[in-house]
Amino acid sequence: MLETLFHLISQYILLPLTLLIIPVNYQTEVMIFLQTAVKILAIVIPVLITVAYFTYAERKVIGFIQGRIGPNRVGFFGFRLWGLGQPIADAVKLIVKEIVIPLNANRSLFIIAPILSLAPALAAWAVIPFDDTKVLADINAGLLYVLALTSLAVYGVIIAGWASNSKYAFLGAMRSAAQIVAYEIAMGFALVGVLIAAGSLNLGEIVNAQSGSAIHWFWLPLLPLFVIYFISGVAETNRAPFDVAEGESEIVAGFHVEYSGMAFSVFFMAEYANMILIAVLSALLFFGGWLSPFQGVTFLEDFFSWVPGMFWLLAKTSVFMFLFLWFRATFPRYRYDQIMRLGWKVFIPITIVWLIVISVLVVANIPPWFS
Amino acid sequence: MTQIIFYIFGAMLLLSATMVVVIKNPIHAALFLVLSFFSSAAVWLLLNAEFLAIALVLVYVGAVMVLFLFVVMMLDINLSTFKDGFARYFPLGIIIALLMVVAMGMIVGSDYFATDTYKQIDTSMTSSNTKLLGYAIYTDYLYQFEIAGAILLVAIIAAISLSMSKSKITKSTHPNEQVSVKKEDRLRVVKMKTEKKEE
Repeated sequence: MLETLFHLISQYILLPLTLLIIPVNYQTEVMIFLQTAVKILAIVIPVLITVAYFTYAERKVIGFIQGRIGPNRVGFFGFRLWGLGQPIADAVKLIVKEIVIPLNANRSLFIIAPILSLAPALAAWAVIPFDDTKVLADINAGLLYVLALTSLAVYGVIIAGWASNSKYAFLGAMRSAAQIVAYEIAMGFALVGVLIAAGSLNLGEIVNAQSGSAIHWFWLPLLPLFVIYFISGVAETNRAPFDVAEGESEIVAGFHVEYSGMAFSVFFMAEYANMILIAVLSALLFFGGWLSPFQGVTFLEDFFSWVPGMFWLLAKTSVFMFLFLWFRATFPRYRYDQIMRLGWKVFIPITIVWLIVISVLVVANIPPWFS
Repeated sequence: MTQIIFYIFGAMLLLSATMVVVIKNPIHAALFLVLSFFSSAAVWLLLNAEFLAIALVLVYVGAVMVLFLFVVMMLDINLSTFKDGFARYFPLGIIIALLMVVAMGMIVGSDYFATDTYKQIDTSMTSSNTKLLGYAIYTDYLYQFEIAGAILLVAIIAAISLSMSKSKITKSTHPNEQVSVKKEDRLRVVKMKTEKKEE
């Protein structure tokens, strides 16, 4: 269905447009450019809508966990619809609000910072495969690309903290910088484990290496690495219980204390887009991506064979997204020195040990994963 | 298309590299250095060296420059002292730059860097740049790679041992003590008489 839609758009909108406007010599290149732009929009717009409704889901889920109802007033056309209009109302409110720039702030960096935090979160989606064939850029070093881009997200936080010219913002930035550097190493080692197990850096090939059944997925041979990857992901996105960069009870709101209106909202969007990204990556790298969980089960496999692979990927992603919310409602914030200790002294040694274990498993061709 | 992208990133690289030297504010200089790393990574990508390009972003932009910024932001730098320094250090800078150019020319132009002395990598095996690099590093150039690794390890150990100096200023908590603490160590129940309220 998506393919036909894309085909229709490129055939009846883009092609006439290029044929009419662009000189003959450049038509093919412009056509490729426009088609890529349409594909990018087809990824970014759903991601942003998901971000909007993820905030709604967060308030609802945490509300129910705490015995409240959550937002339930704003609906559409006079119907409340369980408060489904809330994210849109919030977005409109934030767009309309003034962006206050502090007098002694570094103006240019102050404005660039939110952009720098959102851009990598969206750019990383370029290599995410949604299906066997549906991927924007099927590059060889996809896993490295994702790791590199998630490591760039820290710049938004650091620059925001410094450019605000405020003590609280600066403290938040410093905390975030140290924390992200610490957890990025553990995260990188966990990804090295995946790369050893799959024998490839291409995300599509990593998923295909897990085919067989739910037992064949990498969560089982790489269980410690999976747990460390997900916890590092929570730390990397500055979410509770690792949200010391914001720490509203200690340093007001951390790095974005001076931000208002849409500038603040872009930070907010970046945080949620990063969470969705970590969830998708966990599903792809450790839980078989678009592969059906009933693969290899005689009866159920045929019964569910009509379900598109994308559905399974999105379902798995939703589970991990829910985990983020569940963590936030459950755990109190970590003390800062405990965060650093956990990252450097617990996670990194465990990942190194498990890298040796997984290498032995691969070299010895241990079934069912590496035969 | 490729040429346009190359010229955009090449211009960005040269511009940002110049700004690193010229600009007054050290934080801005560090950020321009990040930009120049980024654009040189893009240029490498155009040469199909995807592993090196992404590793450059990952290691230098993602880790080294974050720590660098961390340090620069913590330092209390007086900007006014930078203003008159440029003209005074300019001749010295020119001499050093010339020396470096000559040294680079001598190294790159020497026989060691002639391409035919190096074994050509067999590209028919696989199209993946990362795999080819891996084979080359871990088979043909294993000794050089291991020596570089050993040097880095020594540097790491030296840096850590320097930071571990037992001065009295550093405060640290010991998790063992914190975990093994009991109620009796911290809590003292004192019985006392109820005080009479003053009338």
